[in-house]
Amino acid sequence: MTEDEKPLGERMKLPWRQMPIGGTAFQPGSSTEYKTGDWRIIKKPVIDHKRCIMCLLCWIFCPDVSITRSPDQVEIDYYHCKGCGICSAECPVRCISMVEE
Amino acid sequence: MVLHTVKKVYYPSKVPPFAPQVVPYQGEGVTVRRQEVVGYNGDEAVALAVKQSKVDVVAAYPITPQTIIVERFSEYVADGEVDTEFVCLESEHSAASASIGASLTGARVFTATASQGLALMHEVLYTASGLRCPIVMAVANRALSAPLNIHNDRSDMMGSRDCGWIQIYAENSQEAYDWTIQAFKIAENTTVQLPVTVNFDGFVISHAMETINTLADEDVTGFLPSRKPIFTIDPEHPVTVGSLFLQEYYFEIKRQQEEALQKSAEVVDQVAKEYCALSGREYGILETCGMEDAEAAILCMGSTAGTARSVMRKMRAEGKKVGLIKLWLYRPFPVEEIISALGNVKALAIMDMALSFGAPVGALCSDIATILQLRGNNLKIFDVIYGLGGRDIRPAEIEGIFNEALSVAQTGIVKESVKYVGVRE
Repeated sequence: MTEDEKPLGERMKLPWRQMPIGGTAFQPGSSTEYKTGDWRIIKKPVIDHKRCIMCLLCWIFCPDVSITRSPDQVEIDYYHCKGCGICSAECPVRCISMVEE
Repeated sequence: MVLHTVKKVYYPSKVPPFAPQVVPYQGEGVTVRRQEVVGYNGDEAVALAVKQSKVDVVAAYPITPQTIIVERFSEYVADGEVDTEFVCLESEHSAASASIGASLTGARVFTATASQGLALMHEVLYTASGLRCPIVMAVANRALSAPLNIHNDRSDMMGSRDCGWIQIYAENSQEAYDWTIQAFKIAENTTVQLPVTVNFDGFVISHAMETINTLADEDVTGFLPSRKPIFTIDPEHPVTVGSLFLQEYYFEIKRQQEEALQKSAEVVDQVAKEYCALSGREYGILETCGMEDAEAAILCMGSTAGTARSVMRKMRAEGKKVGLIKLWLYRPFPVEEIISALGNVKALAIMDMALSFGAPVGALCSDIATILQLRGNNLKIFDVIYGLGGRDIRPAEIEGIFNEALSVAQTGIVKESVKYVGVRE
């Protein structure tokens, strides 16, 4: 694996001489490798799948693209969810609750 | 430690007062290219250099005393003499920002500004150097407001001296022309990848017509091939520039940038040598005059050096051992070259054409004091603040400074560490 093919997170722990010039990222979409989930403090959103009506409002409103969807249900990506609670506030059937971690 | 080229000008010179300051190159079997002598002011000379450098994009906003550069260049564009995208922006902040965008696409980019314009660009200057955009910017140094003043001092560039750009100061129109061409080659060197400012004194150089030697277009093209960027922003091969770098990564990127800037002195030196072979005009890191046996010396930059050199010649004829150091390269600061150039001098006057408000001495003097202290050198120095807001520095005043330095050399006592020259007491 060449230096450029390594995941960004791995490459960016290099000493200063080996860092990409000017901090340019040569892999598109690499910001997903930055796990913002550890910014979350106090509460995390939890979905009650029995009451969920799959309206996808949480998926639309999530500012961090942390709601993932599959054909039959939505899930929360805790590696990236910052715990803002917007999904919980927007849910029309109140099936997303903010639970203490 | 490698010492880079230091140009030595010998004295006493038999050069008549109005002869061109160009000394034919005496190198080993080098054929200097034929040149055309024209009467241009500093701004026009820079505009011509930019035209000959085949710049892809010029993004600029007019401001006195730089206006003539973009005026003249827009004429070249309108007359179809250049194949350049000329972008008129609504402010210098936008001009600098557009320059960054253009530079990232792999284009050769030029902009020009002065004074308030440079101050408005301030935050973008750091972005340009941080993103390693090899932009070249001409700065016709002008005083900062208030009170409002359009004339020359260097408070604009000195206020932005920590912006990470390579900073070059030209003494006259010829140097402004030559350094502008060299600046592209320095900036675009793959080990440098940093923006460069070519500074010249507003009005004193920018609006004063002088005879200058200009290279033929094809010679400039031969010296300066089109830019080969190390990466470009290209939809086929997407990259992310200017992304967030927090505590874990920012420091490494800045350390890398500092290394590139410090190492760029070697490239400046190399480019100057190549340019000398082409033009016959020697450039380098700094220029010395009479430093071999001088007891007292002046260290200055820009147009002041011309006046100081002529005063020096007169004083040498009177048997006074005085010398002169003129810095071309201000950032990166040429530590070894200055220490070496100082020789056995016993007193040094440092000429600062800008105030650093509240600081112990001016910016240039502060740098010199620092390197002397770091080398354990006990040389007696004093700072001269002069020429603010376009106040002329006269030969008699420079002679006074030389005499003051000579008296410091003899007595070893510095009466005033900061001397204001030319202000009404």
